[in-house]
Amino acid sequence: ASAAEHGGQPAPERVLFPPTFSVSEIKNKQRRHFMFLRWKQQQRKEKLAAKKQRRKEREALGDKAPPKAIPKTIENQRVYDETTVDPNDEEVAFDEATDEFAPYFNRQTVPKILITTSDRPRGRTVRFCEQLSTVIPNSHVYYRRGLALKRIIPQCIARDFTDLIVINEDRKIPNGLVLSHLPEGPTAHFRMSSVRLRKEIKRKGKEPTEHVPEVILNNFTTRLGHSIGRMFASLFPHDPQFIGRQVATFHNQRDYIFFRFHRYIFKSEKKVGIQELGPRFTLKLRSLQKGTFDSKFGEYEWIHKRREMDTSRRKFHL
Amino acid sequence: GRCYLYMKAIERAPFPRRLWERVLLSKNYEKALEEIDENLIYWPRFIRHKCKQRFTKITQYLIRIRKLTLKRQRKLVPLRRKIERREKRREEKALIAAQLDNAIEKELLERLKQDTYGDIYNFPIHAFDKALQQQDAESESESDEEKEEEDDEDVDKREFVEADDSDLSDFEDMDKLETSSEEEQEEEEEVEKKASHSKSKGKTPLKGPARRKRPYIEIEYEEETEPASKSKAA
Repeated sequence: ASAAEHGGQPAPERVLFPPTFSVSEIKNKQRRHFMFLRWKQQQRKEKLAAKKQRRKEREALGDKAPPKAIPKTIENQRVYDETTVDPNDEEVAFDEATDEFAPYFNRQTVPKILITTSDRPRGRTVRFCEQLSTVIPNSHVYYRRGLALKRIIPQCIARDFTDLIVINEDRKIPNGLVLSHLPEGPTAHFRMSSVRLRKEIKRKGKEPTEHVPEVILNNFTTRLGHSIGRMFASLFPHDPQFIGRQVATFHNQRDYIFFRFHRYIFKSEKKVGIQELGPRFTLKLRSLQKGTFDSKFGEYEWIHKRREMDTSRRKFHL
Repeated sequence: GRCYLYMKAIERAPFPRRLWERVLLSKNYEKALEEIDENLIYWPRFIRHKCKQRFTKITQYLIRIRKLTLKRQRKLVPLRRKIERREKRREEKALIAAQLDNAIEKELLERLKQDTYGDIYNFPIHAFDKALQQQDAESESESDEEKEEEDDEDVDKREFVEADDSDLSDFEDMDKLETSSEEEQEEEEEVEKKASHSKSKGKTPLKGPARRKRPYIEIEYEEETEPASKSKAA
């Protein structure tokens, strides 16, 4: 039996062919499996033959051949998001000129960051905080000793801090990040995963120096992504020191933000070498609140609602 | 949390409903202890003692509960296994799709092209490069002269700006052109020494061996001849 037939073919065809059974109708598992493998092999052969044929045709045609088909990727097939920011959009530009980050981008304020954790941090989290503070210039780590965030925030504002980072810990690993821009700024709550400390990264470099690193923000396309990108950018001082040759990257891919910290070196005009130093982690945005951290009365600009937002595999929000 | 004292009498054993007799104790700790004593007056001393001990324990943990509810409480959020697995898988796939290293390198090269770094990196500009490659066979001497001019600049620059990599680019171009002027090689070697001494900027050792492989093999012969003269000149 050719075994290339399924059940459900149109009736007249079946009359012509010798009666065969579809692979799924065989009751015996071993034989069914065997027939299925045979069918699979045949499919593969056919596919290979088709490919060869196509390649021959392309070579035969030469220049007149039709262009190669672009493979479909998730990024290609992404559902068009209506809030995608157009680079020339005036409304967005106006918004950004008047939102909470404007003083930073106009260089009126210098960022000063406070990094803290949830109660009773374990060793891993503590070390991660320290490494993070070496990556972000002008940042301070303070231990949380059971203090309520709502009371910390006015104190921070009084001492001129511009941003607050809280790293939430669970079962001895950091798993959440709350980033709050202090003078009445938005608060973003992320879920953090795959945290690698400096010693776990396979590299042979040295510690990051005190130079201000550059910042790369990739792929923040929608309006929401834009505001998150600006939030990240406002963590670092505005004037990077190129002598340090350090770069911090926030790369957004399918709603996951990957953070990496590298040292680069230009080997030639067309080639650059990068070496990873510093911690790495990935973030996934859970919610964005308009005011400072307030879980009860805050006004949420965006929350990740699983049932509504996770329905399509091609739809991303950042 | 109010406490009650429950008493059982064997006479009431056949009536389970009326078996336990309940007495409300006062909120005041000492008064409650006295009330226990009153009610259990004809009971053995040991049982009275144990009862009071239990009562003490209960009041203490009630106090503790009240204190804890005033502090911040951890909110436990249950993880859903299917969702966790899904997120993890999606993250892995996103990481593969992101191709971070390539993206970062592209971005850095873009910035170099757009001249955000200003004058720090002294690479020959595109036109010069193309012209070089075109006139390769014809005007090797010309390019040598230009190279030497650049070398002069490099000498000055190297002293002030430690992160300068122009010597490397020169070296690579030199490779392409297959010129082998001694001066350049020695300058490379000198920079190598400087690189090994200056540890502040962290000239990455990863690049070190990679860099040293090529010049090392070629300079072998020159090393003995003229290092002394060069150091005097510098």
